[in-house]
Amino acid sequence: MSVDRDTVKRVAHLARIAIGEDDAERMTGELNAILGFVEQLGEVDVTGVEPMTSVIPIAMKKRRDAVTDGGRAADILANAPASEEGFFLVPKVVE
Amino acid sequence: MSELTNLTIAEARARLEKREITAAELTDAYLAAIEAANPTLNAYVAVTADKARAMAAASDARLAAGTAGALEGIPLGVKDLFATEGEHTQAGSHILDGFRPPYESTVTANLWADGAVMLGKLNMDEFAMGSSNETSHYGPVVNPWRAEGDDKALVPGGSSGGSAAAVAAWLCAGATATDTGGSIRQPAAFTGTVGIKPTYGRCSRWGTVAFASSLDQAGPIARDVRDAAILLRSMASVDDKDTTSADVPVADYEAAIGRSVKGMRIGIPKEYRMDGMPGEIEAVWQQGIAWLRAAGAEIVDISLPHTKYALPAYYIVAPAEASSNLARYDGVRYGLRVPGRDLLEMYENTRAAGFGAEVKRRVMIGTYVLSAGYYDAYYLRAQKVRTLIKKDFEDVFEAGVEAILTPATPSAAFGIGDQDMAADPVKMYLNDVFTVTVNMAGLPGIAVPAGLDGKGLPLGLQLIGRPFDEETLFATAHVLEEAAGHFAPRRWW
Repeated sequence: MSVDRDTVKRVAHLARIAIGEDDAERMTGELNAILGFVEQLGEVDVTGVEPMTSVIPIAMKKRRDAVTDGGRAADILANAPASEEGFFLVPKVVE
Repeated sequence: MSELTNLTIAEARARLEKREITAAELTDAYLAAIEAANPTLNAYVAVTADKARAMAAASDARLAAGTAGALEGIPLGVKDLFATEGEHTQAGSHILDGFRPPYESTVTANLWADGAVMLGKLNMDEFAMGSSNETSHYGPVVNPWRAEGDDKALVPGGSSGGSAAAVAAWLCAGATATDTGGSIRQPAAFTGTVGIKPTYGRCSRWGTVAFASSLDQAGPIARDVRDAAILLRSMASVDDKDTTSADVPVADYEAAIGRSVKGMRIGIPKEYRMDGMPGEIEAVWQQGIAWLRAAGAEIVDISLPHTKYALPAYYIVAPAEASSNLARYDGVRYGLRVPGRDLLEMYENTRAAGFGAEVKRRVMIGTYVLSAGYYDAYYLRAQKVRTLIKKDFEDVFEAGVEAILTPATPSAAFGIGDQDMAADPVKMYLNDVFTVTVNMAGLPGIAVPAGLDGKGLPLGLQLIGRPFDEETLFATAHVLEEAAGHFAPRRWW
């Protein structure tokens, strides 16, 4: 499988990365080189093989359903590019 | 060069315990070495001198009081991927500009709890995506090694390039690093240092900036095998904050050093003999086999039939996980924000400006292989191939093989700005051809220096072990180290 320039622009939009025409052109070539490289997986017979879900056989840890953390609004906002009164500020979303 | 910065961790520990030197002296010696060398080597992206001096003073107090920890007063460098409270933590990226976490990663917290001193944050490929340290927002790291009679700047490998260069150039006693496809072992091999990627789940991933969560694992880079064992014991832990942290007690890895390999079955996988592999890599591999045989190990030929599919499967699984993990960098909660007309444009502008070319490439590949209609053909198939890769290893371990010996990398360190690799991303990816299988199978792997090539550059060997059997790797790596000797760059910087 290979991608064309329109697909690259669509994927960039899905990935929320702005790209110009020149970038799209260059990336089409690069992505096709990588997709060409991974194509060889098609040679492998995977009939009846389970996809890996955990590399080490361990059961997912569970903990008591209790509040163990919280009350740290100031910490959480400390690195925000813009915040006000305990909230993250973003451009207007709802008219 | 200061005599103090020449000490291994084991030597410094002994002299600190006997109070022949102080932690303050040792830390000052490293800070002076960093100040002199870093403008040339670019290994550190942030030096935390005040914090280092305060930590060293506290170590001296504990040494005097007889309450010293296992790493008391040992000055370490920390890869920029580990969250360090109140200190520079940007994963080598522009998108995390100014980020200072209000928390500490479990791995670094373990080190400080054992008395280690933090010198600063080490350069790395952006979000650990790279094999040369050239994708860092902070520019490439220069390898302290150069070819004989040639002053061309070489890469230290990646993504833990700053860690490996700093250890090799005596700018820290040891360093933390991380390995998703080879990012500890490849730079260790390129700099004549020792690096171990432990079993997946051995070191907590809590507070480590995520790249590919099912593959990422922290480990140390050190100047010798013993120092790597000392560091891993402190870094590793069982951690409730990481659901994939394995509930297995941490062993005394240093105690395994000196253990005999007599009668141990070491596997030599035929699939690691690649077409076009330089003769010197084959020669160093044969030398390693001869050393282990001379030490009494039983050498057996083995087959790991799915080896050639590990790298292509990795370049589906890792970008897929990365595209998901890196979705959080949106200009809202931390780091860089580039304005746009609306929220969507702000996201797109922020990520376009904040991510470098390699990160964008991988996020795009990951987004594509996970997108509607392609999931089964790419991601699901890659995860099935991963099951087969792991089974290859399980089969040879079941047959009685205790460790596997391979080359660490397909070449020695190459030049900064290599044109072939710049033109073709897949060429760069091939650096990890011998190491990536180990991440795909979750196994421990150690890189140990084994010799120099014809140009005087270090070459490494890799040992791959059974899950949670890091002790066998340290014992076997030490046998190789004893036979090969130690390698240090000539100081030119």
